[in-house]
Amino acid sequence: MSTVRIPPVLREETGGSRSVEVAGSTVAAALDDLFGQHPALRDRVTEDGELSRFINVYVNDRDVRYRDGLDTEIGTDDTIILLPAMAGGGG
Amino acid sequence: MPARAGAASDLVATIGNTPMVELRRLAPHGGVRLFAKLEGANPTGSVKDRVARAMIEAARADGSLRAGQTILEPSSGNTGISLAMIGSRLGHPVRIVMPDNTTAEREQLLRLYGAEIVFSPGAEGSNGAVRMAERIAAEDADLFMPFQYGNAANPGVHESTTGPEILEQVPELSAFVAGLGTGGTLTGVGRYLRRVRPAAKIIAAEPLPGEQVQGLRSLEEGFVPPVLDESVLDDRYLVNNRDAVIGLRRLLREEGLFAGLSSGAAIAVGLRVARELDSGSVVVLLADGGWKYLSTDLWTRDLDELEDELEGSLLW
Repeated sequence: MSTVRIPPVLREETGGSRSVEVAGSTVAAALDDLFGQHPALRDRVTEDGELSRFINVYVNDRDVRYRDGLDTEIGTDDTIILLPAMAGGGG
Repeated sequence: MPARAGAASDLVATIGNTPMVELRRLAPHGGVRLFAKLEGANPTGSVKDRVARAMIEAARADGSLRAGQTILEPSSGNTGISLAMIGSRLGHPVRIVMPDNTTAEREQLLRLYGAEIVFSPGAEGSNGAVRMAERIAAEDADLFMPFQYGNAANPGVHESTTGPEILEQVPELSAFVAGLGTGGTLTGVGRYLRRVRPAAKIIAAEPLPGEQVQGLRSLEEGFVPPVLDESVLDDRYLVNNRDAVIGLRRLLREEGLFAGLSSGAAIAVGLRVARELDSGSVVVLLADGGWKYLSTDLWTRDLDELEDELEGSLLW
């Protein structure tokens, strides 16, 4: 099982859970399992089957958009981090 | 009086042309060279001097900023301090909307440069400062808001100055790493390198925000800065506060470089990129010096204790 970390803004959809254990060997499969457990998340995280532009998805610390996107492979020790797009600091 | 050769005509004219230094002790192996671009050498101590100057000059040139007009801007510190210094030189009052959980030094510096500060709720993060500034600007047409997150002069000045400086200083560049804030540095330097050095990798180091500063009531309140061109990036790494602090301490201990927290994050990613290369030269942009962070004592405190505290503050 891999772990998906849920940001505060999406915890209403997970009944307050900060992280969810999921099965699957790719990001897409892991997210499908996540949406199966918490159906309300699907429409928040995806738009027409693609990742919402308001959400960034990382495997451990790397943005999947610059790897293989939803096809990025994951192992059981990996953590998927969902983060809302935010104004950066540094400004 | 005519300008003197060898002396700048005004402090504003000294912005840019910052030093590049090789980090010989931090380089992870002999095949790869690691370099740091020291943006802390700018007059107010950060890369934002370039951006503030470019935005003000562009607005004065196209008439959107009139003589004596007040400048309003959301900023977590550095941009505000740069605008305040330059505004004071050029006769523009400056008002900065800043989250109330940054460091004391930023407030002190803003006031020393004569800026007025409007605090936004720290728990709403930078997004909260942006929203509040937009509200204030909408209610007062006399204010000019450069809006660094959406101002083309922000990436533009990096494309026309920072990028060429980097390539002149390290012509064999194979990867460039910088922190992701507004996206201006990465977009501007990235566009320049894509054009003249397409094989170079452009890599973002992004802060993993503490849960207490995520500040979103809904995802739709989230914000992809309009100036960020994600297509120029080759990779994007999240860096947590602990790794950023470790990077910042290594910069000081091993290279004598006193840098800010985003520089610690950028060097953490730069080291990782350098380790994965067999050969090549990696340039890491260090956005500011450590001076504005001294009160948080990032260099000497217990890491666990510091990590808890950083969770609720906004340092970059």
